[in-house]
Amino acid sequence: MKEPSNNEKRRETNPMNIYADLFLTFAKVGVMTFGGGYAMLPILQREVVDNKGWATEEELMDYFAIGQCTPGVIAVNTATFIGQKNKGVPGGILATLGVVFPSLVIISLLAGVITAFSHLAWVSHAFGGIRVCVCILILNAVVKLLKKAVIDVPTAILFAAVALGSYFTPLSPVVFVVAAGAAGIVLRSLGVGK
Amino acid sequence: MMLYLRLFWEFFKTGLFAVGGGMATIPFLYDMADATGWFTRNDVANMIAVGESTPGPIGVNMATYVGFVTGSNMGGPLFAVLGAAVATIGLVTPSIIIILVIASFLNSFRDNKLVDSAFYGLRPASTGLIAAAGLSVVVSNLFFFEGFLSPEIVNWKGWALAVVLWVLTNKVKQTKKLHPILFILASAAAGIVFGM
Repeated sequence: MKEPSNNEKRRETNPMNIYADLFLTFAKVGVMTFGGGYAMLPILQREVVDNKGWATEEELMDYFAIGQCTPGVIAVNTATFIGQKNKGVPGGILATLGVVFPSLVIISLLAGVITAFSHLAWVSHAFGGIRVCVCILILNAVVKLLKKAVIDVPTAILFAAVALGSYFTPLSPVVFVVAAGAAGIVLRSLGVGK
Repeated sequence: MMLYLRLFWEFFKTGLFAVGGGMATIPFLYDMADATGWFTRNDVANMIAVGESTPGPIGVNMATYVGFVTGSNMGGPLFAVLGAAVATIGLVTPSIIIILVIASFLNSFRDNKLVDSAFYGLRPASTGLIAAAGLSVVVSNLFFFEGFLSPEIVNWKGWALAVVLWVLTNKVKQTKKLHPILFILASAAAGIVFGM
C-alpha cells in the first residue's frame, strides 16, 4: 500500500486503491483526533467532505447524529457509515479498521512504557495528579451531557435512579441501559415526557 | 485462548450497550474491573487519562489499553498486542453490525418514533452511569478510605488541585477551551511536585 497522492482533487479510480484509500484516510483521521466525539468532526469535514468527496456536509451531519445515538464509539460508527456508503460492507469494515489502527499502534507502544515505569515513585505521583484531573474531566462531561439528556421531570428521575442504582448496587450497566430504553418507550406511549 | 474469547466478549458487550460515545464506556470498564479482576478501578482512571491524551477516539484507546494490559499478564509483548487487537475488534464489531443494518434503512431509522422514545430514556440513563463512574473515581482518589488510622482521610492536595482544575476548565475564559491533554500534563506535574 502506498500513500495516496497529495493532489487533493484527484479521485481514486482503481478499485483496489479505493480500499487502501479508505483505510489510510480513516487512519489519518484516527491519528489527528484527540479525545474523539466532537473533536473529530472538523477533521472528518476536511478529509471526507472536502478532500475525498465521499460524503456531503449534510450526509456527514446525519451520520454523526446517528453515530451519537447508536451504541458504540461515535468515531467508529461514523467511519463505518462512510465506508459502507462508498464501497459496501468491505468498505465499512476497512474504514473502521483504519480509524482504530493508529490507536492500536500508539497505545501498545505507550502501555508497554507505562507498565515498565509504573513502579517508580515519581510516575505514581504523576498518575495521582492525573487521576484528580480525570475526576474533573468526567464531571465536566456529565454536566455537558445532562443539558441534553435531562429535559423534564421523568428524565431527571431516570438519571438519578440510574446514577444511584449503578453506584450502590453491583448490577451490570447493561441492565440499566436495557431498562432505561424500555422505560423511555413506556413513558412516551403513556404520553409522559417531552 | 479462553481469556481472549472472554476479552472479546466483554468488549463486544461494551460496544453493544455503551450509548453516547467514549465516556459511556467508562461504567463498563468499572464493571469489567470488578467482574474479571483483570485490572483495578484505579487502573481505569489511568486508562481514561491515557485515552484522553493520545490520538484516536477515547473509547477505542481505552479498549486497546485494557486489552494490552490484560494480554501482557499472560505473557510477553506479543500476547499483549494480541490482547489489544482482540479488545479493540470486540468493541467495534457491534458498531459495524448495527451501522451496516441501519445504513440500509437510514431515513426510516431517524424518524422512527419507537427509536426516538427509547433514546428519550437512554440518554439520561447513560449520563447516570457515567456520573456513578465519576463518583467512584472521586471517592477512590480524593479520599483515603484505607487509611482510617491516619489522621488524614481527605486528600486535601487532591481537592485543591480539583478546585483549581474546575475553575480553569469552567470559569476562566482564556483556559476553558484548552485541550484536555494540557490539563492532564499540568496535573501530572502537580502530582510530582506535591507528591500526590
